[in-house]
Amino acid sequence: MTEIVMSQTPPILHGPSEKERKYDRQLRLWAASGQSALESANILLVNSGSGVVGVETLKNLVLPGIGRFAIYDEACVNEADLGVNFFLDDSCLGKSRSQSLTELLLELNPEVQGTWYPNESVEALESVLASSPVFTVVMYTHPISPKQLSLLEAYGQEHKTPLVAIHSAGFYSYFQINLPGAFPIVDTHPDETATTDLRLLSPWPELVAFSEGLTKDIDNLDDFEHGHLPYVMILLHYLERWKATHDGKYPATYKDKTEFRRMVQSAARTNNPEGGEENFDEAAAAVLRTLVYPSLPSGLKEVFEYQHTDPVEQRSGFWIIADAVKKFYDKHQCLPLPGKVPDMKAQSKVYIQLQSIYKAKARKDAAEILETVRSMPGGQNIDPAEVELFCKNAAFVKLINATGGKISRADRLRAVADQEFSSDQTAELTLSPLSLLPIYLALQPTAHMTGLYSSSPDANAAANAISADEILRGVAELVPGAEQNERVIQAAREVARAGGGELHNIAALTGGMVAQEMIKIITKQYVPIDNTCVFDGVASRCQVLRL
Amino acid sequence: MTSDEVYPGSEPARWVYLDRIRTRPGPFTNPDVFDGSAVAKAMESMKVLVIGAGGLGCEILKNLALSGFKDIHVIDMDTIDISNLNRQFLFRQADVGKFKAEVAAAFVEKRVKGVKITPHNCKIQNFDEDFYMQFQLVVCGLDSIEARRWINATLVNMVDEDVEDSYKPLIDGGTEGFKGQARVILPTVTSCIECQLDMHAPRAAVPLCTLASIPRQPEHCIEWAHVIAWDKEKPFPTLDKDDPEHITWLYQKALARAREFNIPGVTYSLTQGVVKNIIPAIAATNSVIAAACCNEALKIASNCAPFLGFPDDNYMMYSGNDSIYTYTFKHERKDDCPVCGQQARPLPNVDPAWTLRELLDSLAERPEAQLKKPSVRAEGKTLYMQSPPGLEAQTRPNLDKTLTELGLVDGQEIAVTDPAFATVTFKFRLRFK
Repeated sequence: MTEIVMSQTPPILHGPSEKERKYDRQLRLWAASGQSALESANILLVNSGSGVVGVETLKNLVLPGIGRFAIYDEACVNEADLGVNFFLDDSCLGKSRSQSLTELLLELNPEVQGTWYPNESVEALESVLASSPVFTVVMYTHPISPKQLSLLEAYGQEHKTPLVAIHSAGFYSYFQINLPGAFPIVDTHPDETATTDLRLLSPWPELVAFSEGLTKDIDNLDDFEHGHLPYVMILLHYLERWKATHDGKYPATYKDKTEFRRMVQSAARTNNPEGGEENFDEAAAAVLRTLVYPSLPSGLKEVFEYQHTDPVEQRSGFWIIADAVKKFYDKHQCLPLPGKVPDMKAQSKVYIQLQSIYKAKARKDAAEILETVRSMPGGQNIDPAEVELFCKNAAFVKLINATGGKISRADRLRAVADQEFSSDQTAELTLSPLSLLPIYLALQPTAHMTGLYSSSPDANAAANAISADEILRGVAELVPGAEQNERVIQAAREVARAGGGELHNIAALTGGMVAQEMIKIITKQYVPIDNTCVFDGVASRCQVLRL
Repeated sequence: MTSDEVYPGSEPARWVYLDRIRTRPGPFTNPDVFDGSAVAKAMESMKVLVIGAGGLGCEILKNLALSGFKDIHVIDMDTIDISNLNRQFLFRQADVGKFKAEVAAAFVEKRVKGVKITPHNCKIQNFDEDFYMQFQLVVCGLDSIEARRWINATLVNMVDEDVEDSYKPLIDGGTEGFKGQARVILPTVTSCIECQLDMHAPRAAVPLCTLASIPRQPEHCIEWAHVIAWDKEKPFPTLDKDDPEHITWLYQKALARAREFNIPGVTYSLTQGVVKNIIPAIAATNSVIAAACCNEALKIASNCAPFLGFPDDNYMMYSGNDSIYTYTFKHERKDDCPVCGQQARPLPNVDPAWTLRELLDSLAERPEAQLKKPSVRAEGKTLYMQSPPGLEAQTRPNLDKTLTELGLVDGQEIAVTDPAFATVTFKFRLRFK
């Protein structure tokens, strides 16, 4: 109802609302749909250790207006917390860390709700999970006890909740996203320049007719008309001329295309005051980019070939539409037309006509797919807007976490380690950066050492001293032989140096990356990592690995 | 083992995690320059300057305060706007309208005991070299290229080979949407911001004739309202881009023009975006980039690990749109950098038939120049001066002469100055097409 009333109100009377003004800079990234997904989300942080990285993540989610969050943290605030955590101050000393953090985070955005555990009524993590409304995402920080971890993993499986593990120590960090199944994204926001799809080598009748109408007398057009022909028309026209002298074939090879480009360039008029024509320059520049046959992009190919293991997942809107798009592709050997025309030199009227020819074709393709969708089981209730969005983005649809559990986590880690270490041996030759897997490996042995983070100022206090040798022994259990790798040894020494404590900068940086990923998962926009991101604060770079 | 010893500064219990790292060497620490026993004390007496108290600046102040710096200054001339609150986490609704530097400084001082933050609610150009000389490090979180170029030129100019203290490392961050970059500039040692200017090319301007007669995009209609209709009708004495009434006027003009040409897509939000050149910004990306900058600040100040700028990599590019990708590399110094180089920078594709005005207009748009109010000399001869008014009037006729008429030849060196960078003379070498 509100929608209708709003659109009838003259535009002058409704500028942006207070909320639209506050969130303006982010609405330009994920629009109202993304915002409403954020506002419906409910996040749990299970916090431990020196406890900063998860809180920095939450800060970056509370500010853009996440619906609600909860912090589970058994620690009480100590002196060391105040040197590393910004959302605690002197008045918090000795109090429950989860409560203090929650209260100070809530100050950031009055629209967000937050709770903390343990509290007077709910104490154990188990009861938190049992008594709360379902969480959208659960994140936990290392070190975490194996018992709590298995509780969270069981919860994630039962509720199909994504789990995010985060570990930050000294200059190092990583985080790992554990999605409950294949995760498709339609609204991937590809770079504007990549999305041009003009179908110049397979024009449809309406486009051909429009182009012929404008160019049939091309050599007799006056300078203004000639200089304002849209480059799409120029290319279509000269492609026909090319075909006439090349057995009816389009320019196919690189050599053909450069020759064709010269043909276009030489057709520009130069006896005018400007000494050339901008639209012909645009046409020449577009030759290599736009004279391509439609092909199936790898992301969509993966979607088409995906073997379902979960019948419930298969009946979702995404997969039904994907099936219909596949049928369309099999029939026409091309994807539905996205329908967007880039800006180009042209008269207003001609450009708008051209634009509407592309839009009409895009609507027609989408309508055909919608019809297929409707004829499929479960396709009756699918929102036409969802079909339209899929058609518009078909070439950029991505599937994350596609291959499921055929190989065990432990085996996969070893396989990846083999691959990374062997590519490191040629890294110097190929000028590629060295693997950051050693950092991940060196952090693993401390992942469950909940006593490690002890904040005793004595560096050698038993509780926080873990030696590089101990770390390497742990690495050897995970990936036999890796403990002898020089870079693993260095990483182990760096991890030992931190003694389980966080550096604020690395926690803040990692919290920023994790928050970006959470936003992508919650809004189903942009492309999340698949599935582990390691950061090296010594070299200031990261690497994404599929572990 | 002595190398395992921690050397705490004041309040050892509070800074235990930081001290373990900054006062003990790690496997990558250079033992020749690292002295763990001196770090904490040295950092406590360092003065750090933060430029910008916005999205990045708020994060930077927090990060520096929690990295063991005790004496921080911050400069920002802006006041708090409601659209800042989605990421500038030191500000609240009740702070709207107050100075950013002041509110941010007070907040961090209150939260982190023992840190002193001095705010300056003004432009960076209000201070001279003596002011900048007092700092050991400068960290920038700015949204303006012009301000970056200014502070860069100032810090490069301040270098005196004989005075070790005259080298001020400049750490610079920038973000747009899910992307950003962090870079370290060691003046006259590494590539500087001016060397890297073409990596931050301005958006190409739409030709005036498109706006005036053949609009095709909603942006063209908005620019028409902004550039042409406003000047013609002057609905208010001066355009205030933050005044909703002014934006509404532009929006309605643009909308009417779009209807006339059947162009869809003009909205209030787009109007505001185009007119104010709004760059999308979120807390998460600011968090990444500001922390990357402050991580370098900590490493530079303590030598506890190698930092960007020496010996190789000096630039980290970050992109979070499609998975996460960083590219950390060495951006090479340019001999023809107008600020830190020795030679004139080539200016290719110059047409000798251009008027001087056309050459000057091209300087504004060329990624390697980006000078909006240029004055030009060649071989000691003044071709055009923006000021003083007398000289401007005398040189104005040259604007309509062609380069050939002015006697400029292929390969000629020209010297360009711009009031935005008063201390710099940009030397270019004309290359005719």
